[in-house]
Amino acid sequence: MTNSISEISGAATILAIGTNTTQAHPVLALQVKKAARNGANLIVANPKDIDLCRHATIHLQQRPGTDVALLMGMIRVIVDEGLTDKDFVKTRCEGYDELIASLVDFDLDSVEKITSVPKEEIARAARLYATNGPASILYCMGITQHSHGTDNVWAISNLALLTGNLGKASAGVNPLRGQNNVQGSCDMGCLPDVYTGYQKVENPDCRKKFEAAWGVSLSPKQGLTHSEIFDQIHDGTIKSLYLIGENPVLSEANASHAIEAMEHMDFLVVQDIFLTETAKMADVVLPAATFAEKNGTFTNTERRIQRVRQAIPQVGEAKADWQIVCEMAKRLGAKGFDFNEPEEIMAEIASLTPSYAGIGYPALEKSGIQWPCPEPGHPGTPMLHVGKFPTVSGKARLMPLSFRDSVELPDAEYPLLLTTDRSLFHYHTGSMTRRVAGLEQLDSEEFLKINPKDAAELGLGDREMVQITSRRGQTTVKTKLTRICPPGLVSMTFHFAESPTNVLTSSALDPVAKIPETKVCAVRVEKV
Amino acid sequence: MSSVTITIDGIKISAEEGMTVLQAAQANGLYIPNLCNHPDLRPAGLCRVCVVKQDDWKITISCKLPVKEGMVISTEDPAVQQIRKNTVELLIANHPMTCLTCEADSKCELQRVAHYVGITPDSINRYRRSVRSIPLDTSNPFFDIDHNKCIMCGICVRTCDELQNINAIDYAQRGVASLISTLGNKPIAESRCESCGECVVRCPVAALATKKSLQPMREVRSICSYCGVGCGIHLGVRGDKIVGVRGDQENPVNRGSLCVKGRFGYRFINHPERLTTPLVKKDGVLVEASWDEALDRIVEKFSEHKGEKFAALASARITNEDNYLIQKFTRAVMGTNNIDHCARL
Repeated sequence: MTNSISEISGAATILAIGTNTTQAHPVLALQVKKAARNGANLIVANPKDIDLCRHATIHLQQRPGTDVALLMGMIRVIVDEGLTDKDFVKTRCEGYDELIASLVDFDLDSVEKITSVPKEEIARAARLYATNGPASILYCMGITQHSHGTDNVWAISNLALLTGNLGKASAGVNPLRGQNNVQGSCDMGCLPDVYTGYQKVENPDCRKKFEAAWGVSLSPKQGLTHSEIFDQIHDGTIKSLYLIGENPVLSEANASHAIEAMEHMDFLVVQDIFLTETAKMADVVLPAATFAEKNGTFTNTERRIQRVRQAIPQVGEAKADWQIVCEMAKRLGAKGFDFNEPEEIMAEIASLTPSYAGIGYPALEKSGIQWPCPEPGHPGTPMLHVGKFPTVSGKARLMPLSFRDSVELPDAEYPLLLTTDRSLFHYHTGSMTRRVAGLEQLDSEEFLKINPKDAAELGLGDREMVQITSRRGQTTVKTKLTRICPPGLVSMTFHFAESPTNVLTSSALDPVAKIPETKVCAVRVEKV
Repeated sequence: MSSVTITIDGIKISAEEGMTVLQAAQANGLYIPNLCNHPDLRPAGLCRVCVVKQDDWKITISCKLPVKEGMVISTEDPAVQQIRKNTVELLIANHPMTCLTCEADSKCELQRVAHYVGITPDSINRYRRSVRSIPLDTSNPFFDIDHNKCIMCGICVRTCDELQNINAIDYAQRGVASLISTLGNKPIAESRCESCGECVVRCPVAALATKKSLQPMREVRSICSYCGVGCGIHLGVRGDKIVGVRGDQENPVNRGSLCVKGRFGYRFINHPERLTTPLVKKDGVLVEASWDEALDRIVEKFSEHKGEKFAALASARITNEDNYLIQKFTRAVMGTNNIDHCARL
């Protein structure tokens, strides 16, 4: 997030796009609901009639995968009606003319045709967003998990920049990160192209710095992304996979591909707290400690680094992940893994990572610190991009865009569009929440959410077992007839191993972010 | 905002304009008995326990009385005492006398008020009626509703409305039959309740109470391990087990609020299915092994597969320190940048 969670309730307008906030980020959603209650304009853009719509001023119910058109349509209205923040655009942005040129394809008649959203609603939303600041944009996987996810994010950025909604309180572009430490694992360089703090592995200066610190020579070549790793396991190029705290059997798009890859691979090590569906396939399983059994830090969606403290002894012979890695490295003869406490590891992180340079455990004691925190004693940065952007020119780039449809759309053979979502009561592949009896009581099985009209056409009743099939796989699941999904759209979570939704989803990737298109694929639903 | 000075029972205190007398008293460490007031909620004026006398003429409730320069308040005027005592006696007329086994015992606001106004066995008997016998609603897996303990302060209803905007419960019926109810008085588990437990936390009398569980012996401040919001929590510990989670009101992210997973979803931690030893596959079956055996096997294979034959997938669920070392291991020891994690899923 460019801004902080506590700022959301101060926004005059909130655009929540591709986020089912009350289900996936319930405590942050309190801020959104509070803002709406206090009179803020809440624009919800979501193909489904989600719970947040109860609080919305406008619900833009776009066809899944048409966000670029919707957002560029809004931008077109803002530009045509002279509602841009001209001073901000002039002093802080570049690429305005190129963006304007690309707007030619986004007249509202075309946009209405692409998105199925009435053009009057698009115009109304655009005016509300542009003229009632500060305006905050919240987005989540509904924006990113597309073959054009990067374009979706660019479109959001364009909208915020043109209206001057960056670098000011209660505004901003605010991705809601899904997992407790997904921000931190990115910050820590668990990505194939960057070291900690997004320092590029291909940049010789960065590489030299890490080589000097670690006393080794490092590969100048970018590594493989998540789905590419599974492709190369499939090909037999990658022989060993060290998999920590992840369950791709259920979570990977087009999961059958990942399962097949792991079945045939030479050596699979899984490190987890439970014998997950994936751990069962491993050659060696290592027992890890939970967050309650170790010290460390998590970095949340607003970049706040917070202390995690050990509350109980490690269960059985389980060990903290850092302890396991140190042991493994030492046995492989490596130097630089002699840590006694996570605090010592943080000292090394701080020494190599400009945005974490001021981070140490004593400073985090009270309420954590939001990075960038460039030196000890620095209070952290609740708001990014005040006065300047961290680019070479110091300006933000406006990006010309064109609309691309999703890779796989419904057709005669697979007439329904499947999208994925999450339940309030479960988390990811359910390895934790499905072992909590109370949560399991509140939500114990997968449902295919389907509009009553579609169900009637297929002769399906409520709670009826059906078979759902895509080009990649099939599973069985009970129906739930609900108007939350418009006709033509069906929806499932991916929490339940009994109905593994990701055998259906598409692994078509965004060319830049390499994120799979789990939000759009074509399926067929039949009675069992 | 400008300051005003008011006098409560002869003590001059300063207050901010816009405050109520009750808020001003509380801000200055003065106790005026009250039940339906809650600092997170708008004043409701339901319980009438916070009555005071204003400027020696008007009896009024302090939770709805805005402060005014020079205001003189009495909380001990004989008329105030009498009204307050009567109100409390009526509130406890049919309240169960099962304090010893009640979840709220020793932190019950009704107990506190009763002690303060000086309830005696005799004065209880004046209005005493039999305890209501409404069956417990045990339908929610995490908390029970005992309407018989309810004092109709409405804190739960207002929490669900003002803070959560869920509106799963409301007031229903009239007079002595009044109760807090879901739509159609269905069991709470069949309502739109999201089980966040925010009402349970605020209930002053344990009419809403978490299902019986061990009380923690100590608490440890930490961060919730579910979504990326990163709510502050206190882990309740008894022996070597986690027995509860409480929101951290000092944490700037959540200010004490939690969702159903964060508050009640902790039982995976000490779940019997936790992995407690390494496992090694032998003849196609995973069997328990020592750390030495498991690590030897790993070292043998990883040594053969350094460089591009190796990949690691770190985790968005583990700490920064864990993740840092995993990428360092992959790059510095295994010699490849084939490191990624589940950020895109």
